[in-house]
Amino acid sequence: MNFEDYDTGGFYDELIAPDGSPRADILPLLEHVNALSPKALRRRQKAAEHSLHQQGITFNVYGNEKGTEKIMPFDILPRVVTAPEWKILERGLKQRIEALNLFINDIYNDKKILKDKVIPAELVLSSECYLKQCEGLSPPKGIWIHITGTDLVRDGDGQFYVLEDNLRCPSGISYVLQNRSIQKRTMPRAFRAMRVRPVSNYGDHLYETLRHSAPNGIQDSNVIVLTPGIYNAAYYEHSFLAQQMGVKLAQGSDLTIIDDHVMLRTTRGFEKVDVIYRRIDDAFLDPTVFNPNSLLGVPGIMDCFRKGNVTLANAPGTGIADDKAVYAYVPQIIRYYLGEDPIIANVPTYICNDAKDRQHVLANLDSLVVKAVNLSGGYGMLIGPQSTAKERSEFADKIKASPRDYIAQPTLALSRTPTIIGDSIEGRHVDFRPYILYGESIFVLPGGLTRVALTKGSLVVNSSQGGGSKDTWVLGDEKSSILLTPGIYNSAYYEHSFLSQETGTQS
Amino acid sequence: MLSRVANSIYWMNRYLERADNVARFIDVNAFLILDMGWERENTQWDPLVKASGDEADFYTRYQNYNEKNVLHFLTFDRDNPNSILSCIQNVRENARTVREIISSEMWETINALYHLVQAHSRKRKIDDLQAFFGQVHRANHLLTGLAENTMSHGEGWHFARLGRLLERADKTARMLDVKYFILLPSGEVVDSPYDTVQWGAVLKSVSGFEMYRKQLHRVNYRDVAQFLVLDPHFPRSIHFCIHTAARSLADITSMLGVACAAKDEMAKLCASIDNASMNEILNNGLHEFIDMFQFNLNVIDEVLYQSFFNLEKN
Repeated sequence: MNFEDYDTGGFYDELIAPDGSPRADILPLLEHVNALSPKALRRRQKAAEHSLHQQGITFNVYGNEKGTEKIMPFDILPRVVTAPEWKILERGLKQRIEALNLFINDIYNDKKILKDKVIPAELVLSSECYLKQCEGLSPPKGIWIHITGTDLVRDGDGQFYVLEDNLRCPSGISYVLQNRSIQKRTMPRAFRAMRVRPVSNYGDHLYETLRHSAPNGIQDSNVIVLTPGIYNAAYYEHSFLAQQMGVKLAQGSDLTIIDDHVMLRTTRGFEKVDVIYRRIDDAFLDPTVFNPNSLLGVPGIMDCFRKGNVTLANAPGTGIADDKAVYAYVPQIIRYYLGEDPIIANVPTYICNDAKDRQHVLANLDSLVVKAVNLSGGYGMLIGPQSTAKERSEFADKIKASPRDYIAQPTLALSRTPTIIGDSIEGRHVDFRPYILYGESIFVLPGGLTRVALTKGSLVVNSSQGGGSKDTWVLGDEKSSILLTPGIYNSAYYEHSFLSQETGTQS
Repeated sequence: MLSRVANSIYWMNRYLERADNVARFIDVNAFLILDMGWERENTQWDPLVKASGDEADFYTRYQNYNEKNVLHFLTFDRDNPNSILSCIQNVRENARTVREIISSEMWETINALYHLVQAHSRKRKIDDLQAFFGQVHRANHLLTGLAENTMSHGEGWHFARLGRLLERADKTARMLDVKYFILLPSGEVVDSPYDTVQWGAVLKSVSGFEMYRKQLHRVNYRDVAQFLVLDPHFPRSIHFCIHTAARSLADITSMLGVACAAKDEMAKLCASIDNASMNEILNNGLHEFIDMFQFNLNVIDEVLYQSFFNLEKN
């Protein structure tokens, strides 16, 4: 397979320079891919898909009774982030998370940033994501956002931008780890030649982060993962993370409150819980405080949290900084709390609630992307250049009716990366979600989820709308290279056994 | 361990064993068809349904007990909660809820078994299904072995074994009952060549023919019943299953350091088997003995639920 016919199509390409030559750091990977015949490449792609199916790594599709389980399509050509690029991203993400954590704490307590008029108070307090119930809360160690998965995109200029912060327990990390374990077996030689940094210790980092966040004074904390149950789209991930940490995976019905403490129903009797990595949305967490109809949560759990008897990770209320109108102010937030310039830029954002911005948005709907402030996953969105006049006029009406609910951004020329499409390799648009843990210090996992829009020309990478994923190789610099001993750890050995096992052929 | 998780492990193993045994039930009849030289259309299929205790459910969807109906009811009927297909779906559903407890190897095997059943679920003829039944048996053996070798032999493992062996005891009892429903042992049939063939089929269906031969050589009604009910060493005999289940329950209670009613009930059940003699059982009727035994099993199941799976605040 070679890249002779590959066309970058005028977009920034992650692997190929505009003149059609491979980017310097990518060379060993491309040499490896070039050495494979189309048949060999297809065989690897099939083996990877078979392995996912075999392991039952699936997500549930809502409103689809029959085939309720689907495999997220996986492309075996990895996406690469070079060491110098990563250095900047890592610093930028740490900076952003630190500032956002200070912001959330301030918003629910002293509200200094509002008093200093850095952000209009009305904008924050009018947000659907602002939870009055969280006022006055002070989570253990002052940490609100223990786990984050920030969505980054690269524009035509080759610059990374933050698209969304995702401060409410974003999913996808299980794909990062599983994609990696399959990718390592699919292309071990290239993997080794590229000095890819490991991600497999995420479970250890997560566990340490959660233990650290235990209520003050608790030494040997009991950590659990709380899931809505097996019918949740991300259930696989919940059980996977519990398994990676070796902790219990509970549902709301497994928990009860006794004397202001959260207790698990076990075969030994009731057992106290200290830290809950909850994968249930704020609204469903506690029917006595939030949505009274929720059957998923635990009545009284917020009271235990407020009294400091249990840690909820992430803390409730963090969604305030996910509001896309508030997002627009993150550069100011970073400057306000840290006195630094943002290292990773925001996408320029027009706030429709602002009369001047709104005018601009309404006049330029055909070139902008309009988003609902409190929706993600590609829902509630108008992509101007790909929209019809009817859609534009509908959105114009919506914006005029409730301007606070909308923002707009320029349409980005999302970067593309080579992807296997049938028998050829074509460019497809990608985004990038690295994962950040806030424990004793802030840790950014050197890797992340690269989502790819498999439909030609599409900018929507969400798995619910035709997106797939790729392994993301963050490269180590010269110093961090790890030499493996040959023999059973020989990379060719793995590859050989993987392929023959998955395809049932002798090779 | 979470109560819900213990419950899921227990049921995951019960359903797995159940699916395996339903396939064995069908095997009994398949063997008989071949061994007895019966005409296809004259073969009795109703005993399989009667022994399963699901007659009422059967009649809600089927008119008569022909091969096609019974086979479908027992294998791929989605509305029969005890069909192989339903059992394996339940196995997988339970396995999903305890995925972080069982080993990855076990999960992948269960997942593969699920896909296997789905792939065969359009087949309707017994001849096409023989290989499939064999695969179900093998998957069960594989999972038992994986549990043995890849899971810590702690609380979860013991709940698994408890579920597996209680289910197996129940099914061995029912297997004996199949024979009862096929042909009541009246004077002239007992120990006739036909009778021998039929009991041989029952033994084969529990993989017990070879072990039986080594010990008792000649096949007859009395000895087969004795072997399947009271033999202390054969892994599918009622005696063996109940005593092994009792050991797991004892280990669970000592690990947890709790006293529970289930242990007392289990001791009673063990005593009822230990003190039974074959003469007595046969004089009072094997079918009646099995009825009573199954009643007692249900009591145990209920007490286990109260003791471990359903924790209430007081």
